Amino acid sequence: MDTASLLMTAPELILTGAGLILMLIAAYAGDGSARLVSVLAVAALAVAGVSLTGIAGHGGDAFDGLYVADAFATFGKVLIYVSAAVAIIIAPRFFAAGRAIRAEYPVLILFATVGMGLMVSARDMLTVYIGLELNSLAAYVLASFMRQDSRSAEAGLKYFVLGALASGILLYGMSLLYGFTGSTSFAGIATAMGDGLSKGELFGLVFVLTGLAFKISAVPFHMWTPDVYEGAPTPVTAFFASAPKVAAMGVTVRIAMEAMGSALHSWQQIVIFVALASIIFGAVAAIGQTNIKRLLAYSSINNVGFALIGLAAGTAEGVASVMSYLAIYVVMTIGSFLCVLQMRDVNGQPVEEIASLSGLSQSRKGLAAAMAIFMFSLAGIPPLMGFWAKFLVFDAAVAAGLTGLAAFGIAASVIGAFYYLKIIKTMYFDAPADAYAPAGSRIESALIAVCAVIIVIGYLLNPLLDTASAAAAAALQ
Amino acid sequence: MIGLQHYLVVSAILFVLGVLGIFINRKNIIVILMSIELILLAVNINLVAFSAFLGDLVGQIFSMFVLTVAAGEAAIGLAILVIYFRSRGTIAVDDVNRMKG
Repeated sequence: MDTASLLMTAPELILTGAGLILMLIAAYAGDGSARLVSVLAVAALAVAGVSLTGIAGHGGDAFDGLYVADAFATFGKVLIYVSAAVAIIIAPRFFAAGRAIRAEYPVLILFATVGMGLMVSARDMLTVYIGLELNSLAAYVLASFMRQDSRSAEAGLKYFVLGALASGILLYGMSLLYGFTGSTSFAGIATAMGDGLSKGELFGLVFVLTGLAFKISAVPFHMWTPDVYEGAPTPVTAFFASAPKVAAMGVTVRIAMEAMGSALHSWQQIVIFVALASIIFGAVAAIGQTNIKRLLAYSSINNVGFALIGLAAGTAEGVASVMSYLAIYVVMTIGSFLCVLQMRDVNGQPVEEIASLSGLSQSRKGLAAAMAIFMFSLAGIPPLMGFWAKFLVFDAAVAAGLTGLAAFGIAASVIGAFYYLKIIKTMYFDAPADAYAPAGSRIESALIAVCAVIIVIGYLLNPLLDTASAAAAAALQ
Repeated sequence: MIGLQHYLVVSAILFVLGVLGIFINRKNIIVILMSIELILLAVNINLVAFSAFLGDLVGQIFSMFVLTVAAGEAAIGLAILVIYFRSRGTIAVDDVNRMKG
């Protein structure tokens, strides 16, 4: 067996091993072991993250080019592991309000994380498919995790049907690409596409991009997102909005740049259309929402559109801007969902109505301030990090000659600002509604504070973010 | 003589039938699960036909993976369907509407 290849897949091996062992513990010890399993799962994520500093972070091709360990994959994996760890940490308190957390929750998150790690490390269509399905199958179960709640079951069902359809479309595209290029590896596809794009290859390209657009919930393939985000338990929604987005964007960028790099002009117009449609639809459809989780779902559609502008540029700078955008987006969105988790009535039951936020600035000053920071940042108002993320993608688009696209994106971000600011207005200027239950959890408050601080003084981290995202972009061939 | 294009046409027809089955079907969620299987089988026909045509084994290995994952997918889909039926008492597509907007 190829030892170097095994070492390069160390993060996946660690997480798979930990997942299997923890599943046995959960099966034998029952739900009482949920706390232990959660702690060990977070520890496994930390160990996997540490392993990225070794050969697993920059070793190059493994298993004859099926898998690659490079700076791009490492960047994605760090974001994914952090999101997964947060999703595990915040879960017990949420589930405590109804029925106690079941021990398989951290295990499912671990398996989904393995799949996402494979996605960002894939350099072959087969690896992409296996990673995507491992992630999706765990995610379907997570969405319907609250079995007694009919909304959660419906979310799981919708996610399953549309996710399976997306996988089918993606696979059909992969089979066409395989047939017309004679290879499933990104390098082989790139070579075959280098001498002009045949009709079959074009069909394959469109189907693959369509399948991926489903997974990143870009318009016009976004319809599952609001329902799934609303119905799924809030910690799961926080997870869906962060880690799988990073993984799916990562795999989209890698396929577009590495496998289809020579067909830039064929997919560029598709990406431009999808980006603009996502930005506009995500902004307009969010205006009428009354449920905070639905609103954040449309916000994530909107954000995916902005990130795609960086991809549309098709340059190394554009890829770097997409990675920076994803990093900042993950912090903003996790912070927002942590605030949503704090929305509990006096009986400890979760509240999701935006109207219930009114007057929050008087009853929970800290929470209102944090929520305001995240909303301002999502709206892209300087000096917060959300502005920097948007600036980078627009800068890359302008540098690539897509001035019109950038101008349109900036104009559309104003529409988006409307509903973010509406939440702030509700919190600060409306008559107080019934007060929420007190914070209660130090861990959650600390996480919110950390996210808020990163968003406010994130500029100090900019050199680090620039170096990391530039290295990630340079890793793509 | 049956050539590559015949397989591709059959596969494309199966694929379109599967997609239509998901979108036009208004009755039963089980039918959607069947449509998903139809899509995956269309992909398998494609992969195996290309594999034979190219004289390359990767396509057949790929189709083995697809078959395996499809089995897992069907199992999870049916499990979710069962918990959905328990809480709602129906599996009609038109009734999947607790959330809108």
